[in-house]
Amino acid sequence: MRVEAAYAEGRLTLSLSGELDHHAAREIMREIEEQLELRLPGDCVLDLAGLTFMDSSGIAVLLKTYRRVCAFGGRLRAEHVRAQPLRVLRAAGIGRLIDVTAQS
Amino acid sequence: MTEVNSMKIEFPSRSANEGFARATVACFAAQLDPTLDELGDIKTAVSEAVTNCIVHAYPDTLGRIRVRAKLLADNTIEIAVQDWGRGIADVEQARTPLYTTGGEERSGMGFTIMESFMDKLRVRSTPGKGTTVVMRRRISVRVRGA
Repeated sequence: MRVEAAYAEGRLTLSLSGELDHHAAREIMREIEEQLELRLPGDCVLDLAGLTFMDSSGIAVLLKTYRRVCAFGGRLRAEHVRAQPLRVLRAAGIGRLIDVTAQS
Repeated sequence: MTEVNSMKIEFPSRSANEGFARATVACFAAQLDPTLDELGDIKTAVSEAVTNCIVHAYPDTLGRIRVRAKLLADNTIEIAVQDWGRGIADVEQARTPLYTTGGEERSGMGFTIMESFMDKLRVRSTPGKGTTVVMRRRISVRVRGA
């Protein structure tokens, strides 16, 4: 599991790759929070093109990221979401909080 | 229903084994020729059940987790995830969406996801003795060559 960060013109893009489960969640959350605190982005994008698996531990990571981004008035969205993580996000109703776009 | 094949794995409740468990069950389920979506659903449900054992059954200790899977003649896979940990006092409450005793790191959606991704889910638990989650999923039969 890896996070890569890119920042340009107020937009922070966090690209997640690998499998996001309970085993990986704590370390990933720490890396995401580090980037958020460093940049305080108005616009935060989670690029999930490389995320091959996610379970409910990933939902907790996304919700926590959402709360952090909202706390400083930013917006969060998830892009390029693959089929399996998308089914998990839909089952949890995450689309009501975060703008989610599937991988084309 | 006639059992066609079966498997059993057992491992300590280390979080590194979450990936091992779901990959192993998915590999076994592949004999039913599932679609990628069906395989993803099975992996997700197994991951949730095993994570529950690690986080809730054995919060402060390492314990044993046993995963058994059976392939049945009607193209169904039955998966049982068993622990000998703390147990659940109120199973109905534990199955409620968003309910969790795990704090901010947990979403409280584990059972909800297992229920929505599998056809059947049964939870048997005795406080102080352990929990067994049994779930079933029927795999669609695809026409060969189609």
